[in-house]
This record gives sequence, structure tokens and C-alpha cells, in this order.
Amino acid sequence: MKKLLIKLLSFIGLGLNIVPAMLVFSAEMTPDTCKQLMLAGTILWFVTAPSWMNKGQEDASQE
Amino acid sequence: MEKNKSLVARLNSVNEYEQEAIPANKLKGWRSFLGTYAGEHTAGTEFVIGPLFVAHGASAIDLVTGLILGNILAVLSWAFLTAKIAVKTRVTLYYLLEKIAGKRFTLIYNLVNAGLFCFLAGSMIAVAATAVGIPFDMAMPQLTDVYPNNLGWVLTVFAVGTITTIIAMFGFDQVSKFAMVAAPWMIMVFIAAALAVLPRLGVTDAGSFWSVAESTIWTGVPLEGQSKFGFWHILFFAWFCNMAMHIGMADLSLLRYAKKWQYGFSSATGVFLGHFIAWIASGILYSLFLIESEGSLTFAPGPIAYSAVGVAGAICVVVAGWTTANPTLYRAGLAIQSINPRWKTWKVTLFVGLFTTIAACFPALVMMLLEFVALYGLILMPVGAVIFIDVYLLEKMGLTSNYAQVSGKRLNSAVAITWLVTLAFCLLLNLMVGVEIFFLGLPGWFVAVLVYVIASKIMQRK
Repeated sequence: MKKLLIKLLSFIGLGLNIVPAMLVFSAEMTPDTCKQLMLAGTILWFVTAPSWMNKGQEDASQE
Repeated sequence: MEKNKSLVARLNSVNEYEQEAIPANKLKGWRSFLGTYAGEHTAGTEFVIGPLFVAHGASAIDLVTGLILGNILAVLSWAFLTAKIAVKTRVTLYYLLEKIAGKRFTLIYNLVNAGLFCFLAGSMIAVAATAVGIPFDMAMPQLTDVYPNNLGWVLTVFAVGTITTIIAMFGFDQVSKFAMVAAPWMIMVFIAAALAVLPRLGVTDAGSFWSVAESTIWTGVPLEGQSKFGFWHILFFAWFCNMAMHIGMADLSLLRYAKKWQYGFSSATGVFLGHFIAWIASGILYSLFLIESEGSLTFAPGPIAYSAVGVAGAICVVVAGWTTANPTLYRAGLAIQSINPRWKTWKVTLFVGLFTTIAACFPALVMMLLEFVALYGLILMPVGAVIFIDVYLLEKMGLTSNYAQVSGKRLNSAVAITWLVTLAFCLLLNLMVGVEIFFLGLPGWFVAVLVYVIASKIMQRK
């Protein structure tokens, strides 16, 4: 459950890096808000992803 | 002392199965290759190559069609050349080369490889420095710069180079894990940065993209002092930018772990994310910079990405440059160390790091990256041709494959002659006929094949 939650947070972080840019493109968000959300998403991704991602790689390599 | 022990242990794990075929239970599934290729080919170089296509006046249609076809040819080369031989032999390039060409030739090859690795790592240190210098308002290098143009640049490059070297000395595993984590995020930042600046270029909906692409982004007009790139330049660059890896066979070391040769097709993730989407995205960013700066010749990926998506963009440039420079520096150290395995790895890496950092101070390394990448593939290509013929053709012709191992020679002259004659032929083609470096790989490969077959016949008859 904890692992799932961390993965969810990681993907939210990744989403925060792309969705705001889409909203800027469709003129529904200002570039400044986009920049702040992308920074937040970057921090969220790098705080959460290392805990499950490399483990996933090792598992895949042992298939 | 403890750190030294752990480094030796790490080196040992890197060298696992170097002198033997991979056991069946260590083979990897396709998912592993999809991830590895996607991660390896979305790197710091992408922040430079995409903009250089804009600077060289590629048109939108030439860029898109050239990249699609060139990337398909690259994937086919990985699958039908590299992966097939990797699955057949299950050994690294270096081990196979030692059996074919002998220890002395492998040593020379390693040294040449190390030198090329240093320059590649140097260009990535320079790319990272353009982002690190932003808070210090550092004067950025110009597209036409060859030599360092200010003290701030040199100091920033040395700071980035020092950190990169220290980490390469002690932390390869952590860097490679960090690079895997960073890869999906970097792809997102590339796409996001391009999307976020499209309205500033006049693209308001998906339908208007192509007309803006043709009229504003890839106009087909090169910048002052830059040569003109057409469809064939783009196609051959996309195909040969990783020539050392596929036709040159360096990726035998990776694909020998594949259960089936078809896993070579997983390289498509790398080329279509890194060498298509990321190149197009970074080209869009640079084009906006050119318009807003009224044709400034400043060439600095850091400030360009920062202007598009803020701090996340600047971090992306640092991470992309650093995660490319670090393993490259480490590999260069290992290659140099092969001259004398008793040399301490950390000392060799320190020396290589210093050399690389000094090279990184010269902006020409970044500005000439297209030419350097083409040269890198070209220099290592003849060895790939030799391996291809040795594995598939020599025995069918009644000759001995793995000749150095069978004959006990330390240098198979046929390989050395092939390398020298092929590169001399390419040089002459360039100097006398004026064929650009991007196009030399294809005729060069056929020359290498021909010379190796003839030289083997003569040498083995002796």
C-alpha cells in the first residue's frame, strides 16, 4: 500500500511536469504558474521515484 | 581504504562475464532493453543537436522525414547487425576484438575510444555549465566561439568538471541509478518546454503547428557562418550518430544479455524519444531564442531551457549534461587503465577528468558537436565491419575467424590495415572529393569489408 502511494506520488510529479505545459499551450494557465508547478513536480519525482524505480529495473533484469 | 575496496568491488561487477559468454540464467527480458535505450538516448547531447539543426538551416520537411528514415535505419542496424552478432557470440566487443585482432590492437582501440569519450564528456560538462552559470549572470559562449571567452566560463566549467570527476571516481553505480530515474522526467521536461513556448512562436492550436514550423522554426535558412543541412544530412546524421554503438558494435556489450536478437528493435524507444522528440523539442526552444534575441549568436542550452520552463528546465540541462558526462568519463578512465591494470582507477579517472575539463573550456567542442559525433562513429566503424565479416564470412571463405586467438598473435595485421586504409580512404574522400563527414560512414563500411577480406586472405596465406 505504501509502495503504491509512493508510485502514485511519483506519477503525480511526472504529471506536474507535462500537464501545466499543455495548459499553457491551450492558454488556460500562465507560464509563471507552469514553471512553479514543474519545479514542484520535479522535486516530487526525485524524492519519490528512486525508492521504487531502480528496484523495478533490477526485477526486470532478472526476468 | 574502505572506499577503495568498494570501488574495486564495483569495478569487478562491471566486468562481470567479460571473458566468457553470458550464462542463460543471466539473460534479460525486453523491458530491460526498452528502459535502457530510452534512458541512454535522452541525454545532454539532445540539448545541442536539435538547436544545431536549426542553426544549420534544416527545413521542417527535411528534418521530420530525415529523422524518421534515419532513425528507422539506425534501429535496423541495431537489430540486424549488432543484436544478431551479440546473441550469436554473447561476449563484449572488447573480448571479441581481442580474439579477432589481438591484445595489442585492442589496446590501441581502447586508447582511441578513451580520447573520444573525453571529448564527448567535455562537451556535456560545458552544456551543464551553461545552466550552472545562470545565477551568476555568466557571459555565455557564442556559436562561433572556439576558445574560452571569459574567466567566469572557465571557473564554472572547472567547478562542474571537478564535481563530475570526483563522482566518476567514487560513485558510478549511484550515477547510473540516478540516470535511470532522471530519464522519464527529462523526456517530460523536453516535451513540456516545447509545448509551453509554442504560443510564443504563434502556434495556438495543433493545426497551426506545421505552418509555423515551416515559416518560423525550421526555415531552411542557415545562420551566418553555418553550412546548409538538407534531407540527406539529417538522414545520415540520425542513422550514424550512434554508429559506434550499432555498426561499430560497441552495443555488443549490452545486447549480449538479450534473450533474442529481436530485442535489438527496442533501440526504437531511444531513437524516437531522444533523437526525434527531444531534438524537435530543443530545436523549437532554440528557434524561439533566436527570434526573441533577434538572431543572437549566443549558444547556451541552460538559459534557453530556463526561459522556457524555469528552474525545472535549468535543472534538466544540468542533469542531462552530468548524467551523460559522468559514465562517459568513467568509461574513458577504464579504457586508459587497460594500458596498465596496476594503475589505480581513481588516479586514472582524476587525470582523465582534468584533461576532459580543460577540453570543456573550449566552446568549439559544443558548437562542433554534430561533426564530432559523426567523426566518433566513423573512427570506430571499421572495427564493426571487421567483426561482421569475421563472424559471418571468413569461415565460409575457407579462412580462420578469431585469427589472433587461433594464431597466438598479439596483433592481427589484417585488422590494423583495415582500420588505417578505411580511415585514409574516408579522409581522402573528404579532402579530395569534398564529401562531408556525415556521409563517409557508408562508403567507408564497404571499403573496410573489402580491405579486411583481402588483407585476411594475404595474411593468413603467409
